[in-house]
Amino acid sequence: MTTLAKTDPAARPAGPDPAAAPVVRVRGLRKSFGQLEVLRGVDLDVPAGSVTVVLGPSGSGKSTLLRAINHLERLDGGHVSIDGELIGYRRVGDRLHELREREVLRQRTGIGFVFQNFNLFPHLTVLENLVEAPIAALRRPRAEARASALALLERVGLADKAAAYPRQLSGGQQQRVAIARALALEPKVLLFDEPTSALDPELVGEVLDVIKDLARTGTTMIVVTHEIGFAREVADTVVFMDGGVVVEQGPPAEVLDHPRHERTRAFLAKVL
Amino acid sequence: MTVTTEPPAPPHRGRPDADPAAPAAPAAPGKAVADATAGAPAPAPDLDELAGLRTVPARHPWRWALGIAALVVLAQFAHGLATNPGWDWATFRIYFTADTIVQAVGRTLQLTFYGTVLGFLLGAVVAAMRLSRSPILQSIAWAYVWVFRSIPLIVQLVFWFNLSYLYKRFGFGIPFGPTFGDFETVGVLSALGAAVLGLGLHQAAFAAEIIRGGVVAVDAGQREAAAALGIPRWRQAWRIVLPQAMRGILPAAANEVISLLKGTSVVYVMAIGELFYQAQVVYGRTGRVVPLLMVATVWYVLLTTVLSIGQYYVERYFSRGSQRSRPPTPLQRARAFVRSLPARPAPARTPDTRTTGGRP
Repeated sequence: MTTLAKTDPAARPAGPDPAAAPVVRVRGLRKSFGQLEVLRGVDLDVPAGSVTVVLGPSGSGKSTLLRAINHLERLDGGHVSIDGELIGYRRVGDRLHELREREVLRQRTGIGFVFQNFNLFPHLTVLENLVEAPIAALRRPRAEARASALALLERVGLADKAAAYPRQLSGGQQQRVAIARALALEPKVLLFDEPTSALDPELVGEVLDVIKDLARTGTTMIVVTHEIGFAREVADTVVFMDGGVVVEQGPPAEVLDHPRHERTRAFLAKVL
Repeated sequence: MTVTTEPPAPPHRGRPDADPAAPAAPAAPGKAVADATAGAPAPAPDLDELAGLRTVPARHPWRWALGIAALVVLAQFAHGLATNPGWDWATFRIYFTADTIVQAVGRTLQLTFYGTVLGFLLGAVVAAMRLSRSPILQSIAWAYVWVFRSIPLIVQLVFWFNLSYLYKRFGFGIPFGPTFGDFETVGVLSALGAAVLGLGLHQAAFAAEIIRGGVVAVDAGQREAAAALGIPRWRQAWRIVLPQAMRGILPAAANEVISLLKGTSVVYVMAIGELFYQAQVVYGRTGRVVPLLMVATVWYVLLTTVLSIGQYYVERYFSRGSQRSRPPTPLQRARAFVRSLPARPAPARTPDTRTTGGRP
């Protein structure tokens, strides 16, 4: 387990270690909602300490992919492993047993998830939002959870808002709290589902700055976004999805500037 | 809006020639505006000149007339209450705090308390079953609500009262297997027990739907976020979903408790000495029907008032975080008003107590 929140930025090399084994492995992921096949066989490898940005038109399956990785969606086919651990299933001999909810919940503590509309708990203060999961899911002592929550708030620049309720904060501040809340579990990977799409344009920057800071300190991240500039600046790998499959992936300079596929070119022409 | 041609001429709203107040402010020469809507050039009010004028608020004579008429009707009614000998306030005073009546109030409170506790505990279980993922539990919960919402309370109460006719003995043991001990139904289920059971079972059906309604109204993203954080399921329900559901549950639940308080009067059919039964007993003996109905009425109103005040504060507690800042309670508002009194030099204009009461 990598303790991301406590890592000294200087101690880590910038960018992913090419020799590192992938933290997240996705193979042949399939998911349908009724007649609609949203994921049609997705493969993805995310090396430790790397930032993967997933782009694609709406309805291309980006969000469903993220939700399938932490098993918020039940899979119709394919497998996901995080740090070598199969998510949602256990292999016994030549069979896969579906895990019970309690075990899936335990696995999710290793996967941070940041939602498009924050989903902070409105009846709890910022600090209570942050300590809830470490205390309830990881059984951390309250004092310890509090101390690391305050350190995380400091890190996202909201140390003075610990006692505030989420509705007293701006959208950008709320999303920064949500990022701190996900980090409080010291996850192996952080998943961002369009973290800036619900924000006013002038608030996007402060959230992206926090994510960039995490990228510099070597946090493994998968970010679904429409911010092409952010992808160019921060991503180690850009994945372009369309129609439930990965159309192409590679370094941002390659995918964004010299896309090989017509669909990628058409998408970029629209959003750039 | 009109368009001004010269920068110093202030814009004005509407047609000045249709406004009776407009001629009061004569236009300065050379400051004419081209009024696009009125067609003809009209004098524009000089806003600088208006600065020192006194503002007369608009009058509402009909509002006053209707208000006074309503007050007259109310006063007439109050006068009747005070002077009509039929109300017999002397008898009211004697019986309002009489021992039998106060004891009966205690019995009413007891029935309400046990009925509420049993009703909401069982209702929470039924709601949880209804919201569970088990189709068997869901169906049982649905059927429970269906049955107990369908039976009139009074019918159910008489049923429970006659339970010993259906089941002479009542035992604990393994279903369809041996029993470890049994009791005579008559001995276990007194009239009071039957009443509490009837009220509680009836209340549970309604409570279950109220609780379920509150829970389903909580944003699905909340449960999703809790699940994504790996928070255990019971804790998701208890710490994340229920406190938010309480905001929807409480107003309806308070309604239910208050109607249960009044609904306890139905158990007079079982000859339990609650408030309404006792009032009937007294007026049966003395023949003073109206004053004793007033005794019962005033007690019911008092108890409901206490419950309503309790409701206000419980709702306020669960509304934390739902607004950017919470409005002050009436008590805080009154205190702030009293504090502001000596600070004011003259009692000319009452300051808005809401602004002094802590609302930023």
